[in-house]
Amino acid sequence: MATKVIAGKTVNVNEEGYLLDPNEWTIDIAHEIAKEEGISLTQKHIDVINFIRDKVLKGETLSMRSISKSGVVTVKELYELFPGTPLKLACKIAGVQKPASCV
Amino acid sequence: MKRIVILGGGTAGTIMANKLRESLERNDWDITLIDKDKTHYYQPGFLFIPFEIYKKQDVIKPKMDFIPAGVNMIFSEIDSIDAENNQVILQDDKHIKYDILIIATGTDIRPEETPGLKDKLWYNKIFDFYSLDGALALRDFLRGWDGGTMVVNIVDVPHKCPVAPLEFSFLADEFFTKKGIRNKVNIKYVTPQPGAFTKPRANKMLSGLLEEKNIEIIPDFYIDRVDNEKSSIIAYDGREIPFDLLTVVPLNMGSDAIGRSGLGDDLNYIPTNKYTLQSEKYENIFVIGDAANLPTSKAGAVAHFSSDILYENIMSYIEGRPLNAKFDGHANCYIETGYGKGSLIDFNYETEPLPGTFPLPGIGPFGLLKNTKMNHYGKIMFRWMYWHLLLPGKELPIEPLMTMAGKCEKC
Ligand SMILES: Cc1cc2nc3c(=O)[nH]c(=O)nc-3n(C[C@H](O)[C@H](O)[C@H](O)COP(=O)(O)OP(=O)(O)OC[C@H]3O[C@@H](n4cnc5c(N)ncnc54)[C@H](O)[C@@H]3O)c2cc1C
Repeated sequence: MATKVIAGKTVNVNEEGYLLDPNEWTIDIAHEIAKEEGISLTQKHIDVINFIRDKVLKGETLSMRSISKSGVVTVKELYELFPGTPLKLACKIAGVQKPASCV
Repeated sequence: MKRIVILGGGTAGTIMANKLRESLERNDWDITLIDKDKTHYYQPGFLFIPFEIYKKQDVIKPKMDFIPAGVNMIFSEIDSIDAENNQVILQDDKHIKYDILIIATGTDIRPEETPGLKDKLWYNKIFDFYSLDGALALRDFLRGWDGGTMVVNIVDVPHKCPVAPLEFSFLADEFFTKKGIRNKVNIKYVTPQPGAFTKPRANKMLSGLLEEKNIEIIPDFYIDRVDNEKSSIIAYDGREIPFDLLTVVPLNMGSDAIGRSGLGDDLNYIPTNKYTLQSEKYENIFVIGDAANLPTSKAGAVAHFSSDILYENIMSYIEGRPLNAKFDGHANCYIETGYGKGSLIDFNYETEPLPGTFPLPGIGPFGLLKNTKMNHYGKIMFRWMYWHLLLPGKELPIEPLMTMAGKCEKC
């Protein structure tokens, strides 16, 4: 386990830079991780992040499909907002673990 | 007289009906099993049909062969569950009351959820191998196919039997080689996952096998739609892959009856306590097999291992004791790798698949994360065990909970 200072706050992260404790997350941390990933957060990004945090903190499973069915964004928009591997990127910025897609 | 109702007479429901009927007094407990289909399918066998290793008769038997005397069997489509009033509603609007409900309605493919998938090319150039019809149609297609690009695509996770598309690719490599056309077939393994498998050690072993067999892996590909005119699949990020043959694992979803009842998540899987198998919402509802949202593989072996735990917890529930039996997510999957060989993975919620021997430390006879002839026999034997031991709810020579004996963490 490692710690990292993000936006002036010391937080616990794993080797890929995902926060280990979602409760250590702040919106400033989100902005800073996003910047490292080359994304500047808009309201739409933040809506997605809030949706993800809400689901994960309730212990529900997260998938691309659940996000697209939520009405927050479509999968296409998700790819535009978080290019490449959207779910992984969005989770990192949302301060939650990478979705453990079931084995 | 009290009543246990079991929804779904597939792998898990059949095992539970057998276990419970054997120990519950017939004068005290009525057991009712409901399924829409009179045929029991041995789904792991679907994989072998396109390559003419198994025939249709090898994978189907009448459901009634496995239903014990004293169980009330109803063949009907389940419309929904009215959990507030402890009743199940059938398609003909018949209401069936229960004291305890066991949901075992599994998961099934939904090709219609991907635009263009179930269209002009469906069962023409596009096939699934997750249904008997799909496997048979693919068999017929392959008889006349002389090569081109074969794309193996997974639409989304989770899907049942996570290793099935890998096994399918390995068997296809062998099939085309023996047919003398492997040099004309380009096999591409296209997955939304970051690699062949999610867990690091199994991923390394399986990626190695793909490479050895000259199967190209294309990761992080999340399919948006199929273009039937251009005969290609297109990802949300715009990438496009043309195919001459598309073999696909369509989106998997739990039963619509679960969706209609408001008991499931967005894929109709039921939120279930991963240790006790009790539903998170109603204490007299239990869930087993693919229908549950457990963070382990959706596999027959998991349904089987968890049946011992569920049986104990239902007995405890009936007697008013706390639910002490805890499931650990134990999964055990034989992986066909082609040319009469196979691999084996054994894992649970906490422990990733590790190398070693199984079930006896140092002896085996099966090798974990190894590619051996013996593991292939394990898979072949599994069909016999499935019909004769597993479905009737008999003891198998493997413990339900995973053990570290024989596994090596540092290997
Ligand atoms: C190609 C393939 C290969 C596989 N290989 C393996 C393997 O090697 N090893 C392994 O362990 N597992 C394997 N599996 C997975 C295994 O077959 C399943 O995980 C297992 O059958 C799940 O059992 P279940 O009882 O939960 O669901 P099922 O056995 O699918 O049973 C569900 C039942 O519910 C019924 N039902 C559903 N909805 C309704 C409704 N509304 N009304 C009435 N009835 C309904 C269905 O008719 C069905 O009979 C494989 C699966 C496939 C498709």
